[in-house]
Amino acid sequence: MSAVFVGLPRRMVEVTLDGRQTRVPEGSTLLEACRQQGIETPTLCYLENLTPVNVCRVCVVEVEGSRALVPACSRPVEPGMVVHTDSERVRTSRRLVLELLASSVDLSLAGPEVERWMRSYGADPGRFGPPAPPRGAGERDRARAGEHLAPDGASAETVAQPAKVDNQSYVRDYSRCILCYKCVEACGVDAQNTFAIAVAGRGFDARISTEFDVGLPDSACVYCGNCIGVCPTGALMFKSEYDLRRSGAWDESRQTVTTTVCPYCGVGCNLELHVQDNRIVKVTSPLDHDVTRGHLCVKGRFGFPFVQAAPEKDESGLGPAGGE
Amino acid sequence: MDLRLGVGGAATEAERAAVDVVLGPPESGWEGGGRRPIDGHVAFGGRAARARRHLLLPALHALQDRVGWISRGGLDYVCTRLTVPPAEAYGVASAYALLRLEPGPTTVVHVCDDIACRAVGAESLCRVLERRYGPAGEAGNGRAAAWMRSPCLGQCDHGSAAFLQRAGERPRRRVVAPVDADLVGAMLEGRDPGPPGPDRAPRVRGDGSGLRLLRRIGVVDPTSLDSYRAQGGYQALRRALELGPAGVIREIEDAKLLGRGGAAFPTALKWRAVATSPVRPRYVVCNADESEPGTFKDRVLMEWDPFAVIESLTVMGFACGAERGYVYIRGEYPLAEERLRRAVEEARARGLLGPDVLGRGFPFEVEVRRGAGAYIAGEETALFNSIEGRRPEPRNKPPFPAQSGLFGKPTAINNVETLVNVLEILREGGPAFAGLGTAGSTGTRLFCVSGSVERPGLYELPFGVTLRRLLELAGCPRPGHTLRAVLLGGAAGSFVDPGALDTPLTFEGLRSIGASLGSGVVMPLDHTVDIADICRRIARFFRDESCGQCVPCRVGTVRQEELLERLARGRPLGSAAQETALLQDLGAVMRDASICGLGQTAANAIQSAVRLGLIGAAPAGGGRR
Ligand SMILES: Cc1cc2nc3c(=O)[nH]c(=O)nc-3n(C[C@H](O)[C@H](O)[C@H](O)COP(=O)(O)O)c2cc1C
Ligand code: SF4
Ligand code: SF4
Ligand code: SF4
Ligand code: FES
Ligand code: FES
Repeated sequence: MSAVFVGLPRRMVEVTLDGRQTRVPEGSTLLEACRQQGIETPTLCYLENLTPVNVCRVCVVEVEGSRALVPACSRPVEPGMVVHTDSERVRTSRRLVLELLASSVDLSLAGPEVERWMRSYGADPGRFGPPAPPRGAGERDRARAGEHLAPDGASAETVAQPAKVDNQSYVRDYSRCILCYKCVEACGVDAQNTFAIAVAGRGFDARISTEFDVGLPDSACVYCGNCIGVCPTGALMFKSEYDLRRSGAWDESRQTVTTTVCPYCGVGCNLELHVQDNRIVKVTSPLDHDVTRGHLCVKGRFGFPFVQAAPEKDESGLGPAGGE
Repeated sequence: MDLRLGVGGAATEAERAAVDVVLGPPESGWEGGGRRPIDGHVAFGGRAARARRHLLLPALHALQDRVGWISRGGLDYVCTRLTVPPAEAYGVASAYALLRLEPGPTTVVHVCDDIACRAVGAESLCRVLERRYGPAGEAGNGRAAAWMRSPCLGQCDHGSAAFLQRAGERPRRRVVAPVDADLVGAMLEGRDPGPPGPDRAPRVRGDGSGLRLLRRIGVVDPTSLDSYRAQGGYQALRRALELGPAGVIREIEDAKLLGRGGAAFPTALKWRAVATSPVRPRYVVCNADESEPGTFKDRVLMEWDPFAVIESLTVMGFACGAERGYVYIRGEYPLAEERLRRAVEEARARGLLGPDVLGRGFPFEVEVRRGAGAYIAGEETALFNSIEGRRPEPRNKPPFPAQSGLFGKPTAINNVETLVNVLEILREGGPAFAGLGTAGSTGTRLFCVSGSVERPGLYELPFGVTLRRLLELAGCPRPGHTLRAVLLGGAAGSFVDPGALDTPLTFEGLRSIGASLGSGVVMPLDHTVDIADICRRIARFFRDESCGQCVPCRVGTVRQEELLERLARGRPLGSAAQETALLQDLGAVMRDASICGLGQTAANAIQSAVRLGLIGAAPAGGGRR
């Protein structure tokens, strides 16, 4: 029998969450502590399989002794921390973060949770005025650091712009982008190590971009689709899904999800085939799968057309196996 | 890493040559050089090339200086040399205002239209420029020159300023202050505004009790180490070597020195945390990015007493056990940069830097790094990222720099003024230093006075004098003028009204009235100044300078600017009360939930102006007075 090293036992740290004393393993984040206590904490830029970047600030909590609020998703617990997750300050900041985002970004595909948070924090994105008209294609990409057009105050500036449709696999609709950095992380050191995309520009003109905004086919992109897998707002989307949505035919109630194993190589990645009307409309992988952690390669992600290729009419006269 | 290179076309000879000056010639085909037979069998570059990522910004500067922009071919070449993904390098370049990513004019004249210059007429200068040379930022019909509006250039006591950025074989970077439309025009037409002016005497003033930090300004020859030594230079370093690292830190602790960069943090604590860290190497950094609108003190020190900056950084390195120090200086300070570089070289030539400083077995090197037009790069962790060749985005804290700073190593970072204080402390001893000023604010402070005053300039006064006394010295209010408010601490600071004139200028005194000294800006504004317009300029500044990382600041600064614009036009959204509530909410989320000090202070000045009734949320007329 061989011993299996399972790591040192983690020490426990005592913290007070909303008046309740609790013990959590050393090194946990406040978010993990909240989840362990069943305290719901909204998150947008956090994902289990990525390094926390703590940029969206919707998860902020109040830690006694700290001047500003702190992001729960990345702050490790410290012994004796006293944390408030639902104080007036926390609620104001969370509401404002949601309002600011919703007033500038199309969140309509960001999922029911976001809608629920908007309601429960009383977010009213209309307070900043009517949205400004969308920018032309590539306009935001040409914005220069340190300059912007003077606003007239009559409307609220947004990131609305035409979607970038430049390849057969997936579409980038940055009018839905909340700049959560997840796609950059997935394309970079957290998964794919391709570094095809990065954050460019600064301030409100910061955006996800390839070098000089070249189209994906001219970039380093290998179409692994891992950026799509982590995008929380539908800014990155399978072309198949995008087309169906545009034609009004997308209907999740008519879809089934079949879990299978990728047929291409021996790694054993789990695939979830989303099927509507007997066509595969997108492919995902479970975040908690040992092998993939939600990430795939181009074959598993996009290499499915053969499955649904209509049987070709046999014109060789040799039969299906080509001769027998 | 799958780098996709070479799709953007090849770099020109000029571009390659400019980059090679920074990076040295490429050694193999892998690095973009000539392909040798061995290159087919052995891979070069990789980790070694990536370890040179910190040369990314200097290489981008080289391209910008040589051809006036960063072309796809040029960027590709840098990426090949350093094994940096082009998307990342593009992300870095596009975060800086002084780097262009499309072909454009080779001469750009950046004209300050920021708060201090604005208070004394910058907008009328811009109007004239618009009439004569077309709208800001447009080179028009392939013209080789354009003027642009610029945030503060650190020349606020001159009333107007321009920064010339000319690319070419002999690139030029020059600051001219004061300027008028003719001078800007001459620069646009390719004429040079003359040699940098060692003749231009800096205006430094005190209250008659004797200058300390500014003692050598105008006395010492800033290009001569001998002159510096004749004024007592490098005695502080000798004293430090006698005291030993712990002794130095003890003196600073006894002196109760607090940081002058804005946050007023005890310097000794930082140094000790680094000095006692088990991790090596450690770094020390001098923060010379001075970009807070209204601030020019560090520039004066660096231009006119550069050896003092190098000496104090050397002391810091010795005390913290670091073998390498960096000075990160903003790109708009070419004269200060030139003098610092020269000082470093001279100090090295005389054994005051190098493998064995003063023959005492202490190795120390200093590198000067140039910023590229980003206020946010002055935030300490963004500054580290900038040096490392990453986007100048602040990091989340903790971990603090003393644990994980530059290159992830323990790092002590201080403002220029803070460092120069260290020389004073070593000269007279910590307790004596602490005897000056007040119990909570020891020593003297540099005040950058501009705006509605007769004698703008850099003032050095012991902590504790009142605002009234400082304004008297500076000639404010001007005869026949009525003082309306004083902006303390720059764009990130806040307004106080004439009722606060008897407040002592100390950290604690200002804290008690909800203000702060920040970087030492004192900008009185009288009835000739449109304060609502100043507030809008501040809002524009933060919108332009936000790094864009976090939502409260990225979107909040936009909404704040829009709101002020509505007030100025007398077209509030809904009721005035609604607008006020909105402004409060924006202030709350930016202050509470932003990652760094930029967002946390972006609403300060504006909220204080509302509180004092300087700008109003009243429906009409209230915005402009
Ligand atoms: C947006 C922003 C810009 C800053 N710019 C500067 C700067 O230009 N120079 C500086 O010394 N400190 C600047 N700081 C403060 C630094 O982060 C840091 O606190 C300082 O360098 C510490 O030095 P000190 O302890 O000597 O003050 C800035 C902070 C923020 C948030
Ligand atoms: S598909 Fe893969 S390689 Fe392409 S941008 Fe997305 S994560 Fe990067
Ligand atoms: S595209 Fe999606 S994943 Fe990428 S930053 Fe935007 S919202 Fe986040
Ligand atoms: S507060 Fe502003 S400048 Fe600071 S990290 Fe956030 S977006 Fe960047
Ligand atoms: S989820 Fe914590 S900051 Fe975004
Ligand atoms: S130089 Fe113009 S405001 Fe400072």
